[in-house]
Amino acid sequence: MNEPVLRIEGLSKSFAGVRALDDVSFDVRAREVIGLIGENGAGKSTLLKVLAGVLRADRGRIVVHGLPVSLANVAAATASGISMVFQEQALVPNVTVAENILLGHEGPAARAGFYDWRKLYARAATQLDKLGARISPSALTATLSFGERQLVEIARAVAMEEYTRHEPIILFDEPTSMLDAKGVDTVLGLIERLRRRASVVFVSHRLDEVLRVSDRICVMVDGGFVATRERDKCTIVDLERLMLGRELDSENEHRAPVSKPSAKVVLSVRALARRNSYQDISFELHAGEVLGIAELAGSGGESLCRTLFGAERADTGEIVVEGQQVRLREPADAVRLGIGYVPAERRLEGIIGGLGVRENMTLVHLDELLQGPFIDLAREREVVKSWIKRLHIKTPTADTQAHDLSGGNQQKVVLAKWLIGEKLKILILDHPLRGLDVSVKATMFALIRELARAGLGILLVADTVEEVIALGHSVIVMKDGIVSGRFSASAAKPSRLQVLERMV
Amino acid sequence: MMPANHQGAVGSRPAAAGPESRWWTPLLALIVLCICFSLAAPGFATVENLWTIADRSAIPLILAVGTTFIILQGSIDLSIEGVMAAGSLTFALCVLNSRTGLDFGIFGVMLATFVGAGLGLLSGIVITFLRVPSFMVTLGVWSASTGIAMLLSGDQPPLIKDPMLRALGLERSLGVPNLFPVALTVVLLGFVLQCFTRFGRYSMVIGGGEDVARLLGLPVDRYKVLAFAFAGLLSGLGGALESARIGLGHVDVGAGQMFATITAVVIGGTSLGGGRGGVVQSAVGALTLAVLSDGMVFVGVSPYAQKAVQGTLILFAALIATWPLRGRLRIVK
Repeated sequence: MNEPVLRIEGLSKSFAGVRALDDVSFDVRAREVIGLIGENGAGKSTLLKVLAGVLRADRGRIVVHGLPVSLANVAAATASGISMVFQEQALVPNVTVAENILLGHEGPAARAGFYDWRKLYARAATQLDKLGARISPSALTATLSFGERQLVEIARAVAMEEYTRHEPIILFDEPTSMLDAKGVDTVLGLIERLRRRASVVFVSHRLDEVLRVSDRICVMVDGGFVATRERDKCTIVDLERLMLGRELDSENEHRAPVSKPSAKVVLSVRALARRNSYQDISFELHAGEVLGIAELAGSGGESLCRTLFGAERADTGEIVVEGQQVRLREPADAVRLGIGYVPAERRLEGIIGGLGVRENMTLVHLDELLQGPFIDLAREREVVKSWIKRLHIKTPTADTQAHDLSGGNQQKVVLAKWLIGEKLKILILDHPLRGLDVSVKATMFALIRELARAGLGILLVADTVEEVIALGHSVIVMKDGIVSGRFSASAAKPSRLQVLERMV
Repeated sequence: MMPANHQGAVGSRPAAAGPESRWWTPLLALIVLCICFSLAAPGFATVENLWTIADRSAIPLILAVGTTFIILQGSIDLSIEGVMAAGSLTFALCVLNSRTGLDFGIFGVMLATFVGAGLGLLSGIVITFLRVPSFMVTLGVWSASTGIAMLLSGDQPPLIKDPMLRALGLERSLGVPNLFPVALTVVLLGFVLQCFTRFGRYSMVIGGGEDVARLLGLPVDRYKVLAFAFAGLLSGLGGALESARIGLGHVDVGAGQMFATITAVVIGGTSLGGGRGGVVQSAVGALTLAVLSDGMVFVGVSPYAQKAVQGTLILFAALIATWPLRGRLRIVK
């Protein structure tokens, strides 16, 4: 019907040998809303970041308004009329809303470097009015709620139409994933509103949302586009099948025989709550049990894990470890109680990249290797060697720096760090399979099962519903910080749809 | 799939509205301190003593203004004392003095600020373009500029013989010490820069979210270099004014000023992490330090104990200033 405002041809991008984008081509027409869906790791975020100038593609062509462009950085993308609303929110918290909206584009509101605050506020207010947002331009950004901050970011994206001659192309990276139902309605309403003055590409995990606002829906699997559908010509079930086609086949093979958990409760949590993170969480974790938490990113599972490891404080509620009520003031308390934690941010929190495999493994439990005040180096080496063998860690030597290992092997080192501890009873796995490729995933699956069989209580927050179902004896579904569904170990395993239903 | 470490790249910091809403605590502390000293020593609350404090705080105020911008941006400047020394010698040798035949008068002050700005520019350029941490670079520049000052000084520190400039440093007009209005002008200038210019506002932005600023393509490096040049300029000015006061160009004019300046900025409520605080807060901090050292004399704290008492009070002040920022896994360095 009309000319594409954005056309991409053959875009490819790899990270350290892993294909994140594989020869992607598509186009966006004027005032069109495109829904981009796919599983975690399918390449949606990467695609948006390439278009926003945050990442550079290895290969491919991007054409905006008929002109080929090179999006070397965000400023270049902005100049071409493409702007992104980041999932993690790219706002400066300690300055005003108006400054954030016009950052770098103060224009006549900052003549010769001098701010005219009245003009600045007025111009920012114009942008906010376009969205119907009732936020004071002079408010300090840090005092806004999450939803309000998102509006500020959108206002910044919309403001772009004033600096370029074209209508803006606005990219949203999971704008609704952190919001409750009302917030979702607001954002979707906003996208409807933006349709009158912009083209929109938006990523979401919630298929019903995508169907509500998109004109066309693009499905990504493993870095490539597998299908593009008109809204009127597809259903949620179609989209699910397109998204998960291969996963569904392999679901059964994940359902290998599992061990039975014992009756002994190692961890029980009662009415745990933390403001803005999760509310009223109660569950029991038995020895030998894998308790899977299924959730969309930001539903509180990650924060719950951190609380149980003493890294975040719960406001109210009880944590009971082996019958004893405990207070976890800091991670060291949790470690003393025999709790291990494999964080989602492996590179940032899991390993110490500059240290060797050996040091990373024995870091937490050096006291068990002490001979008087000294470390028994011979025993340390022996212990490390045995764990490298047991977990099949592929490393040239025990002293290879941890950041030189592949993701999967790094993850095994992180696990070994906890397994070395003789007192370990509870293992908290926060997205342990994130960013691992398929073959490594399979060995991690086996490993997690083996650990459960050996009597550990394992709390698992995973990236996909399949992982949770395959590994978990019992499953808790979290949505917007509360438990929205439970599937106990005694009952039959839930199906994917049963779990998904509770998530969205 | 994004590598995990990319995901946090543009993350905004958790909102902490607390410290902003408590900007007045340092001011309150200053007022309480003044009241305590007035009650304890009758001689404290006199006009005469007020001007003594004003005179004493003039140069620290000037230095604190420059350092505020650097700390707001999240960097640090440790070169203050060296740059002051270089400024001092430049000034002393360019005005009517015992060593050279030059007599530039008030322009000598300008020359000192040029030298200071040049040294600050050097720091800024090395920090931004060669990507060396400001802590290390400014330590180096401190040493190097002290060296320049030593070369200029030689065996005989130059005596300043210009009566007009000596009067600027020592005397009073209408009862007010001459240096105080100079310091107030600098504070006012700093306040305007902070609140009404792109330089000031971007300093806030850089301190609050340098990653975001870079992501959006702001010329972060340019504003960092500017901040160091501006701080250097004020250090040079401070060195010249101190020389005018003591009557000679000397390598040690800045002795103790780096400690005092950074302390003033921090107890005023400017966070060392950047992005929080401001010129007025730092001025309050500098005044607090001046009141403290002046008041201790009145209360009769033994000269030997003054340093220890001051140190203890500073620790308390820092504790109060940083209290709202504590977080469990926050790393303190």
